[in-house]
Amino acid sequence: MLRKKECVAMLLAGGQGSRLYALTSNIAKPAVSFGAKYRIIDFPLSNCINSGIDTVGVLTQYQPLVLNEYVGNGQPWDLDRTFGGVHILSPYEAKKSTSWYKGTANAIYQNIRFMKMYDPDYVLILSGDHIYKMDYDKMLKAHKDAGAACTIACMEVPMKEASRFGILNTNPDGSIYEFEEKPKQPKSNLASMGIYIFSADKLFKYLELDEEDPNSENDFGKNVLPAMLNAGEKMFSYRFEGYWKDVGTISSLLEANMDLLGVAPNFDLDDQDHVIHSRSPLSPPAYVEGEVVNSIVANGCEIEGKIVNSVIGTNCVVEEGAVVCDSVLMGNITVKKGASISYSIIDEEVTICENAVIGAVKEEAAKVESKTAGITVLGRGITVKEGGKVAAGEIVDKDV
Amino acid sequence: MASTVGVIFSSINDENVPELTRVRSMGSVPYGGRYRLIDFALSNMVNSGITTVGVITKQNYQSLMDHLGTGKDWDLARKEGGLILLPPYSDESETLYKGRLEALKGATSFLKKCKQDYVVLSDSDSVYKLDYSKVIKYHEEKNADLTLVYHEHEVSKSHYYVTFETDESGRINDLCINPVTSGVKKNYINVMVARTSFLLNLIQDAIQHGYTSFGRDILVPGVKNMKLYGYKLEGYYANIDSLEAYFNANLDLLSKDIRQEIFGDRDVYTKVNDSAPAKFTDTAAVKNSLISDGCLIEGTVENCILFRGVKIGKGAVVKNCILMTDNYVGHDCNLAYVVSDKNTIIRDNRVLAGCEIKPYFIGKGALI
Repeated sequence: MLRKKECVAMLLAGGQGSRLYALTSNIAKPAVSFGAKYRIIDFPLSNCINSGIDTVGVLTQYQPLVLNEYVGNGQPWDLDRTFGGVHILSPYEAKKSTSWYKGTANAIYQNIRFMKMYDPDYVLILSGDHIYKMDYDKMLKAHKDAGAACTIACMEVPMKEASRFGILNTNPDGSIYEFEEKPKQPKSNLASMGIYIFSADKLFKYLELDEEDPNSENDFGKNVLPAMLNAGEKMFSYRFEGYWKDVGTISSLLEANMDLLGVAPNFDLDDQDHVIHSRSPLSPPAYVEGEVVNSIVANGCEIEGKIVNSVIGTNCVVEEGAVVCDSVLMGNITVKKGASISYSIIDEEVTICENAVIGAVKEEAAKVESKTAGITVLGRGITVKEGGKVAAGEIVDKDV
Repeated sequence: MASTVGVIFSSINDENVPELTRVRSMGSVPYGGRYRLIDFALSNMVNSGITTVGVITKQNYQSLMDHLGTGKDWDLARKEGGLILLPPYSDESETLYKGRLEALKGATSFLKKCKQDYVVLSDSDSVYKLDYSKVIKYHEEKNADLTLVYHEHEVSKSHYYVTFETDESGRINDLCINPVTSGVKKNYINVMVARTSFLLNLIQDAIQHGYTSFGRDILVPGVKNMKLYGYKLEGYYANIDSLEAYFNANLDLLSKDIRQEIFGDRDVYTKVNDSAPAKFTDTAAVKNSLISDGCLIEGTVENCILFRGVKIGKGAVVKNCILMTDNYVGHDCNLAYVVSDKNTIIRDNRVLAGCEIKPYFIGKGALI
């Protein structure tokens, strides 16, 4: 029997995510914690398995240790398969040349042999830094129905933000006549979500052409997609309606976490029709003694202080008299007696000693001019000493 | 540690808590928010380095099988050994096993295939932490035939219990079944260590003599004709031998020290479920409670254990309750001393109460 997979997903997880500053000093962006018990990569991986795609290549490059450990054999996402499943694809040494992944397109190009093992008809290209729930199978159906060479998922964004995205200019039937990467003067507000479906033969052809072009930056948005369009290939847009957030900046990461709160949240994690799978830790249920209001709290926490409008990750300890407001605590964090945290993102394994003050009240902090729009960021593993202070908008990646 | 195989009785003592075992075996009784009782027996074994565990089942073991699956969550999905379910085996002339000894007869072919030198036998109706490698070391040092683990506490009131006395060396010199006595005694916790070959000989001998009771036919005479030693379990021990005991053993987890002892420096393995983290709304007020993943709290909760996916409506006041997986408590309900089995719906404005010694029990899937 000929063994093949109709569609193989390739997840670009190698980016450094430099705009997350201290949060990505030692780990790749897709491995950053999100929503108390998840990591960002849980969302595209869960989308894959929930869409019936069981073969996923995860392309890693920057600081892959935590990510590799986390993805493992893919079992938490039911992606441990005898044929297919999840595979970590790191840059490798070859006889003729050895190179890092130069751009998104080059990363996929270097793994053409991996994709060909499954003889796919279609290849789905994904990013590892988006929070959303999506049925890729619907998009694949649209791709097939349109007879497209490439289909790009897109959604409407506010016009003033449009210049941050790849913008699609489309005909009424959804076909794309122009693709502009981060235009200064956008003609439409239809933004590419960085999710592409290619017919496999077309993808391989244009990747090879792109590789031969010495002037190319080997980037999908800048090079491959425009080249296909210029060559007259059929390219279609696929409109996605629903929640989607690029969590590439500190403020969007905090915002996306806050979107989980409330009885009718903007983004619902407790959705039985679309379960987000993760490598769930083996911690006992959370012990809650203090005041917890409008927040989410993961297993393994011991909460004796006050938590307001916050997301508290696995195994956090918040002692009596400590207060956490409008913040994200990622996991394994200890907040000792009398400490207070406001409008901050605290990375894993941080200890905040007695009476330390982190950040400022949201309303005031938001006015502070900083790279993080007033949000205070504490990097992985640091300790803030007793009575220590970290001002609003500061980024700290060593003990203070 | 010496190579050891574990055997767990998942369905012994079911009659002690008929409310909870009507729809499941003892091993799969939910406990502590996200666990089943068998998780503690299994985790003790896995954390002691045991990688082959046979689980003897009897009846109603569907929920147990669903929980255990291939054993991967306990790292027991293995090529060599791993988790092996041992459903009842009988030919036409026999009926389902009644006691431990008959259950073991059904497991002899499994034990014969095991190459491990030692075997640990354990029930699955208790919560405690024990490193079996220490028990086996003790067993070797004493050159014992059987080592029985005990815990010192007030004599229990279960249907079946064993107490014993030991001399200074730890050797058992008197052993009683269901003694009429009171006070703090050495209570056998139904955890035993033996050489695998020795146990197989015992079982073979029992079959030949038509023995049926492990306690009466082997342990009681064994005090004289075998070397029986007692090993003391220190620390926390809870035996689920009544609904009241179940209720109290759950609430024990609200003590920081007990939580630390049971969960602190090792993992308790259980079936992993991808529920979302617990959510607390603007109207939530929670005190001294364990709240699991998947919970949505809009009301007041005090001194409770809430299992996965429990929803507490606005204005509801829930105190001293054990609410199992996917319980739904409507708005403005008032619950006190309630033990509610899985998938129960308690409609808006209901008032339900039991008391400390007699919690009010709601069966699985009830609509109130």
